[in-house]
Amino acid sequence: MIENEKLQLQKTACKIRMGVMDATHGANSGHPGGSLSAADMFTYLYFKELNIDPKNPKWEDRDRFVLSKGHNTPGLYAALANRGFFPVEDLVTFRHVGSYLQGHPNMNTVPGVDMSTGSLGQGVSCAAGMALGFKHQGKSQRVYTLLGDGEIQEGQVWEACMLAAHYKLDNFCLIVDNNGLQIDGNIADVMSPYPIVDKLEAFGFHVEAIDGHDFDQIEKAMNAARETKGKPTAVVMKTTKGKGVSYMENQAGWHGKAPNDAEYEQAMNELNAVMAELEGK
Amino acid sequence: MAEMKKIATRESYGKALAELGAEHENLVVLDADLAGATKTATFKKAFPQRHFDCGIAECNMICTAAGMSTTGLVPFASSFAMFAAGRAFEQVRNSIGYPHLNVKIGATHGGISVGEDGASHQCCEDFAVMRTIPGMVVMSPADDVEARAMVRAAYEYEGPVYMRFGRAAVPVFHEEGMDFRIGKGEILKDGTDVAIIANGLMVYEALQAAEALTADGIHAMVINMATIKPLDEELVIAAAQKCGKVITCEEHSVIGGLGEAVCSCLSEKLPTPVKRIGVNDEFGHSGPADQLLKQFGLCAEHIAEVAKAF
Repeated sequence: MIENEKLQLQKTACKIRMGVMDATHGANSGHPGGSLSAADMFTYLYFKELNIDPKNPKWEDRDRFVLSKGHNTPGLYAALANRGFFPVEDLVTFRHVGSYLQGHPNMNTVPGVDMSTGSLGQGVSCAAGMALGFKHQGKSQRVYTLLGDGEIQEGQVWEACMLAAHYKLDNFCLIVDNNGLQIDGNIADVMSPYPIVDKLEAFGFHVEAIDGHDFDQIEKAMNAARETKGKPTAVVMKTTKGKGVSYMENQAGWHGKAPNDAEYEQAMNELNAVMAELEGK
Repeated sequence: MAEMKKIATRESYGKALAELGAEHENLVVLDADLAGATKTATFKKAFPQRHFDCGIAECNMICTAAGMSTTGLVPFASSFAMFAAGRAFEQVRNSIGYPHLNVKIGATHGGISVGEDGASHQCCEDFAVMRTIPGMVVMSPADDVEARAMVRAAYEYEGPVYMRFGRAAVPVFHEEGMDFRIGKGEILKDGTDVAIIANGLMVYEALQAAEALTADGIHAMVINMATIKPLDEELVIAAAQKCGKVITCEEHSVIGGLGEAVCSCLSEKLPTPVKRIGVNDEFGHSGPADQLLKQFGLCAEHIAEVAKAF
């Protein structure tokens, strides 16, 4: 990836992290931890990978993205807003009565949301259904879905994996955000889903294991997914939960908790410092 | 009287899918390793490329259907009622109901007429749980003709639909080419003394009961209420007004089904005495369907007894 492009993506990712803070602080609720761990992937998907048109969110030929770990709406909404699907200023209405920015993704109220999700394990099946539908109709759209590493404890995830491999859905890309933490603690302690890569390979996926905060590696994995034929691709990305906000990093407690005013200010100061550094490059 | 032709409505489901499949390229069928039993095999034989077996994974099948529906296809997701409405309830609620997607759920083997397989497979709760999902249409046909018309209406309707079909062969009494409308009940026999509102295989039993009751001077009205939701409240109220007494009949728990839907309507709009005939808050058990139906009081004789004592 050329340096200038990477720099742009890094700046966008920083803005998305600020959006995560705006949304969760504005709502006094929501899920910042996983939104931050997936912020770089959201950035890459919405600013580089997906064939979409913010002016025409229901464009039939667009690629689809399903947030299977639906609680990471702050990250998704911040990406959609920054991509131009709706005003960034609206992020602070997240989870408010009357806001179209529902706590979990609602495809009927939020421009750019392709599937209503929130109940873990279901989005991945819906995404596989989309990929199956497109493939059946000879259409070329691709379908991406993002799962949490805790989410893959849901048995339905593996039912969906079986189906994706069985129907050779090479237009399907399953991404696992392996930040290592879930609500009750370390995923390895709560109910270990490891070895994730081996399991997905055994289920018939081409698997790319990457650092989810490295745009070069994300790009390489996404390109490999496009080139893989006859089977679906899974991207297992090692990430840091809460990435980019010092006090949230690697803390399970920040899975589903909003920053208070002081915490919000500190987070924004940190992110503004990162942005200033990127602007200086 | 000549013996009436009997057909299981699951057979009608498979046949209707094959007929509609020939007309509509965007109709696809999903099944969960039960194509032979749900009769989607009839569709599969005609359109193998449009039949997707999802294996024994009903929850995934329901969500797969939801995803497919967003690509312009009209999926009919099929399994036994126990698994489609029971096991996959939350998938139906969150991935089909909440986004209001255009998915049709074809649930066969509803009620205790499943027979020998016993209680684990005799779903008497599906109307109850499906009814609670906002925007969900819930229906159950009385015979082959109505079942096929219902499948067609479901395809033409935009939105989520739950249809329950039966395993056992039941008499075909509708005329071919009936005008089926979602949300409209059908007066099969007019009467003044008691209104019997039934669905599924209980409709024919209600007709038999009404005929027997005439010997006792009781003139029963018989209504086929194939759509449980949205309920044809206008017809329920009119029938209650005319007869003053209502009996509901369904091959379902007396909790949460047609009976309670009728009671809810009448208690708010026209308080009227109602007797509910159904499965009385108990599990079924193994046995031939006809014996079980009699044992559980899901038969003309029992309806007539209830009417006489009412």
